[in-house]
Amino acid sequence: MSSNTSSRKSASDRSRRARWSIYVFLGIVMLCQLLPFWLTVTTSLKPADDLSSTLFMRTHDLAWSNFSRAISEGGILRAVLNSAIITVCVTLLTCVLGAAAAYPLARRKTRGNRLISAGILSLMMIPPLSILVPLYSLLVNIGGVNTYWGIVLVLTAGNLPLAIFLYTAFIKAVPESIDEAGMLDGANRLTIFSRLILPMLKPVTATVTIMTSVGVWNEYAMSNYLLTDQQYQPIAPRVATFFSMQTNNLGVAAAAALMSSLPIIIAYLFLQRYFIEGMVAGIEK
Amino acid sequence: MTSAGYVEKTMRRRRNGRFASSSMNLFYVPAVLILVVFTVYPLISGLGFSFTNWDGYNPQKSFVAMQNYLNMAKDKNFWMILGNTAIYGIGSTVIQQILGLGLALLLNAKIRGRNLMRAVIYLPALISPVVMGTMYYFIFQYQTGALNTVVTSLGGSRIVWFQNPHVSVAIIVVVNSIQFVGTSMIIYLAGLQGMDQSVVEAASIDGASGMKMFWNITLPLLQPAFTTSVVLNLIGGLKLFDVITVMTGGGPGYSTNSMSTYISLSYFRNQNAGYASALGVVLFLLIAVVTYLMNTGLAKLKWES
Repeated sequence: MSSNTSSRKSASDRSRRARWSIYVFLGIVMLCQLLPFWLTVTTSLKPADDLSSTLFMRTHDLAWSNFSRAISEGGILRAVLNSAIITVCVTLLTCVLGAAAAYPLARRKTRGNRLISAGILSLMMIPPLSILVPLYSLLVNIGGVNTYWGIVLVLTAGNLPLAIFLYTAFIKAVPESIDEAGMLDGANRLTIFSRLILPMLKPVTATVTIMTSVGVWNEYAMSNYLLTDQQYQPIAPRVATFFSMQTNNLGVAAAAALMSSLPIIIAYLFLQRYFIEGMVAGIEK
Repeated sequence: MTSAGYVEKTMRRRRNGRFASSSMNLFYVPAVLILVVFTVYPLISGLGFSFTNWDGYNPQKSFVAMQNYLNMAKDKNFWMILGNTAIYGIGSTVIQQILGLGLALLLNAKIRGRNLMRAVIYLPALISPVVMGTMYYFIFQYQTGALNTVVTSLGGSRIVWFQNPHVSVAIIVVVNSIQFVGTSMIIYLAGLQGMDQSVVEAASIDGASGMKMFWNITLPLLQPAFTTSVVLNLIGGLKLFDVITVMTGGGPGYSTNSMSTYISLSYFRNQNAGYASALGVVLFLLIAVVTYLMNTGLAKLKWES
């Protein structure tokens, strides 16, 4: 009997120790994930002549001027505005055109439409950089370099395949009797789509919106080459360019990096659940 | 007319009325048009460029047949960069599966603060890799970087982290994996939560527990999540561009380039658009083949139990 209790005791000891080691491990992982943000905050508040470690926060004479310089010299606010313009346009276009395209592809399963669906799906695996040369020269030819519409159309093309795929899967699950009820009332396809189908697509639209807007907000490769004029540059190419110019003053570069990621961090704080659920729904398909 | 008859008539019209039905296809015309102009056409014209000696600026170019591809086979940098690309892809995939699955298992258990922990671990995946790259740079920076602070406080002397190409490639793999470990984690978490509980219960009634349960029940049930995560990480790693550009710029020399960064270097710096196009075709084929093999291979994969 006594041996029984002691063994139970040691088992609970072991489980307590296991629990603690799990917490310690998770704590270390969380520190690793937060470390770059901490280092960026400390660096952003140091003047250029402060060569102390990024690990430690300066306690006096914080160099707030780094932030104003990142705005005035780095044009970070302009870049945030550009990112917002491009993100909103691409997301809207992707949702509207994606949902519209998915409707006939989900409802009218002719051989031709099946072929188009498969074709669109296969476009998803094209790496953007693999078509850099022809895409850039196309944009030069049609005057789309350093314009909003140029980058918006290119990024919309990049995001449409996944959006169409997600919308098609969703509409297939919407019963066709809804379409038929609309037809009985004499509505045409456009009315049926906009009045009956579209309102039902809210969940999948949330997924497409989150995946598209996060991707576009952070996009670098295409906007780096298509938007060389600082006036049009969104955050990623702007921060990269500014960072490469500021090797002697990392504080300004850190301030720029912080400001450019702040909008998405704030959005994440408030919409965290939607972000994670939306991403999972989008990836899993 | 009875309403049943009307329904039947409408149904028939829907099936047979060619105009009414096919006009529905107009809905996808705008999307298809954008895809054709900005994806399909570039893909085809890129294939065309790859058979020319175009410099990217001069309107004149001439047909050189397979010359770019032959040059590629002889280009020592190309083979090294192809190797780097494989390391970026496979390295990131391995690290992310181990850490992602581990974290998902720990954070699926009922422990305090797990929502906060999930949120924090996922956070870096939402930041632009370019911006994240500048943030990680403050770890590896020579004079003030956090890592060198640790090294000097342990009595060592400062290390130039991005001097040795092998170290640089390893750092890039680790940075890319750590940034996106949250993505793998949430995929596995979704897999764990969507698991058929009746199977798990049946197994525990049969006396399965601990490691036995994990190997024989949990892992096989996680197979769809595993496939999704591996395909996503592998393709993401093979396409790697942003982090490399901001952390090393592909240097020293060509030593840390990936296929993606090498394409942009060949085009914009070496002004060899024909060669860059040929590299683009190879990268496209590489991703296409890997995606195909992964999707067929992993779908067939059955766990030994």
